[in-house]
Amino acid sequence: MSFVEYGDTIKDGDTAIVFLGHESMFPVKVQHGTVTQTKYGVIRHSTDLIGKKYGSKVTCSKGGWVFILHPTPELWTMNLPHRTQILYSTDISLITMMLELKPGSIVCESGTGSGSLSHALIRTVAPTGHLYTVEFHQQRAEKAREEFREHGVEHLVTVTNQDVCKNGFGVSNVADAVFLDIPSPWEAIGHAKSALKAEGGRICSFSPCIEQVQRTCLAMEEYGFTEINTLEILLRVYNVRTISLQIPDLGKAAEDNSSTGFDSSNPSHQGSPCANLQQGTVQFKSGVPLREVVGHTGYLTFATKSLV
Amino acid sequence: MEGGPSARIREGDCAVLKRDEVFKAVSVLRRRKITFEKQWFYLDNAIGHIYGTTFEVTSGGNLQPKQEVEETTTETKEAGTDNRNIVDDGKSQKLTHDDIKALKDKGIKGQEIVQQLIENSTTFRDKTEFAQDKYIKKKKKKYEAVITIVKPSTRILSTMYYAREPGKIKDCTLMKDNVIQKMNRYCSKQENSFACSTSFYHFSVTTTLLITYAGRGSLHFQSHLRYDTLAQMLTLGNIHAGNKMIVMETCSGLVLGAVMERMGGYGSIIQMYPGGGPVRAATSCFGFPKPFFDNLHEFPLSKVQSLLSGTFTTETLHADPEENALGEEESNGLTEEKQTSLQETEEEPAPEAAMEINPTEEQDAMDVNAEDGEFKENKEKENKENVREKQIKQWERRKKLQEAAALLREKNADGLIVASKFHPTPLLLSLLEFVAPSRPFVVYCQYKEPLLDCYTKLRERGGVINLKLSETWLRNYQVLPDRSHPKLTMSGGGGYLLSGITVVLDKGKSDSSNSEALKMEEPSSKRCKLQDLPC
Repeated sequence: MSFVEYGDTIKDGDTAIVFLGHESMFPVKVQHGTVTQTKYGVIRHSTDLIGKKYGSKVTCSKGGWVFILHPTPELWTMNLPHRTQILYSTDISLITMMLELKPGSIVCESGTGSGSLSHALIRTVAPTGHLYTVEFHQQRAEKAREEFREHGVEHLVTVTNQDVCKNGFGVSNVADAVFLDIPSPWEAIGHAKSALKAEGGRICSFSPCIEQVQRTCLAMEEYGFTEINTLEILLRVYNVRTISLQIPDLGKAAEDNSSTGFDSSNPSHQGSPCANLQQGTVQFKSGVPLREVVGHTGYLTFATKSLV
Repeated sequence: MEGGPSARIREGDCAVLKRDEVFKAVSVLRRRKITFEKQWFYLDNAIGHIYGTTFEVTSGGNLQPKQEVEETTTETKEAGTDNRNIVDDGKSQKLTHDDIKALKDKGIKGQEIVQQLIENSTTFRDKTEFAQDKYIKKKKKKYEAVITIVKPSTRILSTMYYAREPGKIKDCTLMKDNVIQKMNRYCSKQENSFACSTSFYHFSVTTTLLITYAGRGSLHFQSHLRYDTLAQMLTLGNIHAGNKMIVMETCSGLVLGAVMERMGGYGSIIQMYPGGGPVRAATSCFGFPKPFFDNLHEFPLSKVQSLLSGTFTTETLHADPEENALGEEESNGLTEEKQTSLQETEEEPAPEAAMEINPTEEQDAMDVNAEDGEFKENKEKENKENVREKQIKQWERRKKLQEAAALLREKNADGLIVASKFHPTPLLLSLLEFVAPSRPFVVYCQYKEPLLDCYTKLRERGGVINLKLSETWLRNYQVLPDRSHPKLTMSGGGGYLLSGITVVLDKGKSDSSNSEALKMEEPSSKRCKLQDLPC
């Protein structure tokens, strides 16, 4: 297993995702002789995991079962230990596409933070690209290095422990793309420009506040970036439910109910009479928005370093 | 984006023209008139320049690299504070239409025309600073025609596709009619031809679901797949180098191209297609290098059932009722029609075929070497070799089909991407059989309801977890000092996604585990009663 290559079977040393149920999972480092406790009982790595196929159902000691999943950057994002606020897959998707990343791209990132975006970037630029990531917090930089090693991607990433606003990315004229997620990105735009290739490249800055965005846009303009564009992307998740609505009793006879004018056919059953008229309800499937949704993560400002 | 010589514009490249927010994909060819944004020009002068260069259109349709100019606003800026004294009498501009036209005909630079307009505007000095900025911007847009030539990418092409009025654009139907006719004949001759960049078929109703008849020209143009939605698909599907992907799309090949870009030529892709062949008009705009197509396979949807049941053979390859459905086209004298140029569309795609934004723009997308002189002489010889050639072609096609079938039979694909005009449920229930456990899948649909059905059916089937029905909203911002605000929201139009992860399907206990899973995943809410029994 590695985060940039699928494997079929679970091996000693792999990072696997234990899936317990709806939105309930956690990562586990697979090791001979180790046990993991879940609410369904104990998982013994040597017998229950190693050698099994990813995606298998594993029965725990109490008789309950879990699925063991192959790690992906997206699953890691859902389960990683937070050392900072992280970026989620919705923003990451847009960043990846708008920075035009693909296998072979050279990317600069700062700050590394908890490595949520880093894993996604490495996945996309592998096997021939590289990520240069800069983190000014020494412990966080060290922890990130350790994780990249564990996940089998250390050859694709260089972690540098320095302040990007003062010292830049440690590389010049090599990057196809630069990503900034720092409190004062406008101070790093100059460094970003010199990190990007001479023939141009893309830049993105993530900021929660509009004032940060304004200063960043001004700095980008000052340094001659073009196509400056600020976006915000929001995820809406829907629960799939079968809803029953009661038919009001208007004093009509039951057999008249069918002529009350609503469409009682259920689309998913080819008009089989699913409206339980005898019960006085109509059933339908609905995508119900969650009661609480993320309203704002941050603004994404993209720009292009042009030739001149 | 690669360094070195590949970053230069070369003849035969697929490039994208950009003016402000408008894009157009073109093939770079010498001595060929291009019409873009009410202007015409030739790309000859652009050849050899680096991608990303900005050009000015000069009279006579030549492109000149734009010189960086210092903004010449030497005069002290005068501006009003509000518009209380500005009256719209229609006389503020002292230059007449004819004056402006005369300036243009003299070949005076756009910048100077803008300057003249400002000087001859009586109200300009009374406008607020913001209004002055806005005025200058508007006039610049009109008179300073600059065009940037950029390298195609998923970002650019998906933005370009979405920017068009969805109702107006239908797949490749904006080609000249005669081209369509030619292609039809070609399609009917070369069954299953992958060189067709458009094909017409009617669809057999293979499932109990109602599938609408798609007649000529109603190939759905990418069904409102907004670019942020496409971005989600690529990430949720964990598309990366080395994957073995199954892609089923009817988005002109845009989704396929996006997947190919993310895989960088590593791994393999099996494209499932309806009818006579996959549509890859948009794919050709990416300008992928040849090796990228070495591991791109295609497999007809109509053969999926037989492959799953083990009765698949290539012998029945041409007994497809779907093909040559348009008898009308067939009967229009097709025997002597030669298909020279069309075969080249495979290697030398003409992006305009898919990319004509303005229907009135007359560009024969398929005029690849129409002036080929040797063409007539070869006709005789070709006729003799035709039969043999046909046999070879057929044999090659069978071989390719066998390869694709073998890849599918392994049932170990690393993911499934579906974005089509068909109902997603039957596609998913069949195509998921070919995917290995613990792999992501993503289905796009323009509407929410079919995905609700798909969700339910997948639950009944089992073998999938972490099902998620989602949609993204995108908001654009204008960011300017003291003038920052959201531009426009785009919501509701971008389509919906259903994503999940495959797991090992234990056929024995699927019923019991199912209800358990349902209980686990669906906390019963107080407000609505959950009824998970299918009627």
